[in-house]
Amino acid sequence: MSTISTHTISGVPILEGRDLQVMRGGSQILDVGRFSLSKGEVLSLIGPNGAGKTTLLMTLCYLTKAFRGNIFFKGKRVGEEYPVREYRKSVAMIFQEPLLFNTTVLENVASGLKFHKVKKSSIEGIVDENLQRFGISHLKDRSARTLSGGEAQRVNLARVFALNPDILFLDEPFSALDPPTRESLIGDLEEILRKSRTTTLFATHDRIEALRLSDRVAVMNDGKILQMGYPEEVMNCPANEFVASFVGVEMILRGRVLKERDGALVASVAGHEIEAVGNYLPDEHVILCIRPENVTLSNNFSGAQTSARNIFPGVIEKITSLGLYYKVDMDCGFPLVAYVTKHSLESMSLGAGKKIEASFKATAVHVLKAKG
Amino acid sequence: MELIFEGIKKAFILIFTLDPEVMGITFLSLKVSGIATSISLLIGISVGTAVALSEFPGKKIVVSLINTGMGLPPVVVGLFVSILIWRNGPLGFLGLLYTPTAMIIAQTIIATPIVMGITVAAMQQLPKKLRLQILALGATRTQMVWRLIKEARLPLLAAVMAGFGGVISEIGASIMVGGNIKGYSRVLTTATVMETGRGNFDVAIALSIILLLLAYAINLILTHIQQRERPR
Repeated sequence: MSTISTHTISGVPILEGRDLQVMRGGSQILDVGRFSLSKGEVLSLIGPNGAGKTTLLMTLCYLTKAFRGNIFFKGKRVGEEYPVREYRKSVAMIFQEPLLFNTTVLENVASGLKFHKVKKSSIEGIVDENLQRFGISHLKDRSARTLSGGEAQRVNLARVFALNPDILFLDEPFSALDPPTRESLIGDLEEILRKSRTTTLFATHDRIEALRLSDRVAVMNDGKILQMGYPEEVMNCPANEFVASFVGVEMILRGRVLKERDGALVASVAGHEIEAVGNYLPDEHVILCIRPENVTLSNNFSGAQTSARNIFPGVIEKITSLGLYYKVDMDCGFPLVAYVTKHSLESMSLGAGKKIEASFKATAVHVLKAKG
Repeated sequence: MELIFEGIKKAFILIFTLDPEVMGITFLSLKVSGIATSISLLIGISVGTAVALSEFPGKKIVVSLINTGMGLPPVVVGLFVSILIWRNGPLGFLGLLYTPTAMIIAQTIIATPIVMGITVAAMQQLPKKLRLQILALGATRTQMVWRLIKEARLPLLAAVMAGFGGVISEIGASIMVGGNIKGYSRVLTTATVMETGRGNFDVAIALSIILLLLAYAINLILTHIQQRERPR
């Protein structure tokens, strides 16, 4: 948790939306009562297609033609205490498709600066810096029409980062890219956001992207925000069925890498050591994801030999029926969830309060780098 | 055969010796059509852009009217302008009949719908989200429109070519409102008609060659710009 709290201490949120409503064709496509972003935080907006993510981003960016509600920037009401024109120059947004101009890469990255009437003498330096940031200096004089999808999206990102906006809105910037291209671009963006500390609202339908890049996540559907909070809160305690089904059922644990041992890493989670596979350095903050179907329960305490590297004694807190199988919530010093069949439930006579031993293999743990 | 050969020979002599009358006619043609095209670009691009970018009831009707105007017969325009500026017509007091100004007005009316129609098509073929993207980079509405025009510059060059090509080779309106007055309102097309009628084929051929060369040169320049802009 310590990694998050540093971003969210400031009192007045940099951006706040109140009672934002957008109607289209007689139906309400956006209805968000309260929404806020703290300075320097990265918030992921996740939800299926048509959930209203783009509409919310566009509304907050003042690009939606007709909307109801108020937007506060640094505590001032945009349009009243804060001029719309100035606000629009403080924020920037990019869409799923790169939408580059039919000119050179250099001119594309410079275009936003020209809109902002930045002095000509300083434009070139800013452009070079941002081309370098995204590793595309060699494309400088190329026509934007000749770029690959990944290169074009890098130019697109360089173009908004060149503006050094107070708030950045990214609308699914990676969804049109193939997996390797996407992977390398996410890695770079992660690094750049970490360094620049740009306040970012990032829409995606990929929860792994959301986990990697953000401090907080918000889940949207039908134009409404269903839940907003730290990733592990939303993923582990989904507010309702929709959120649960959308964010998936993995358990999310936060930890810190202690050491690497025999090809596996050891991470400390709430004082317990969990072994996993992954290339992370000691002291790095990581997120460990474990699927409940990979957690095995046992009655014999550390008796039988097993290949599972992680064995934790714990107490069952709650058992919930999920139809064909049961969900077992345990406290092992950290929350852990297992799925068991009805047969196992009966033969092991599991019940709330019973002491058991939970185990899972190091290879069953999905390790992600935590924002920090 | 000899008639043609002699005609071509004499034509080249007229061109290369920079015959004052031929040069005067050429210069007036360029001036009248150049001014008319410039005015039509101004009106056509701005109105065309406004129509393409805004949503209003009846937009389809307006666009179809503009497209119909692209095929406006010059003779009809000539008749219409003639009636307006006729000595006792509604604008007769301006004394514009048989003046180069009247020719510019007529040619502008011919070229404007051509430029406007191509502009509407060019602007509508740009991705709709491009406008949002430009605004999302902090552009004002004026900057946005300007950027869009720049994005559509290649098809807009086609508008310049079509507009200029349409008026420099036009004759019906020019002869009706300009009157083909020697040394005053005589342009390449009207002079060619007159010289042919008189049997002065050498002069007519010289004027035609100049007209062809002009059309070719202007299109060559514009095509060159257009091709250079192409990626790869």
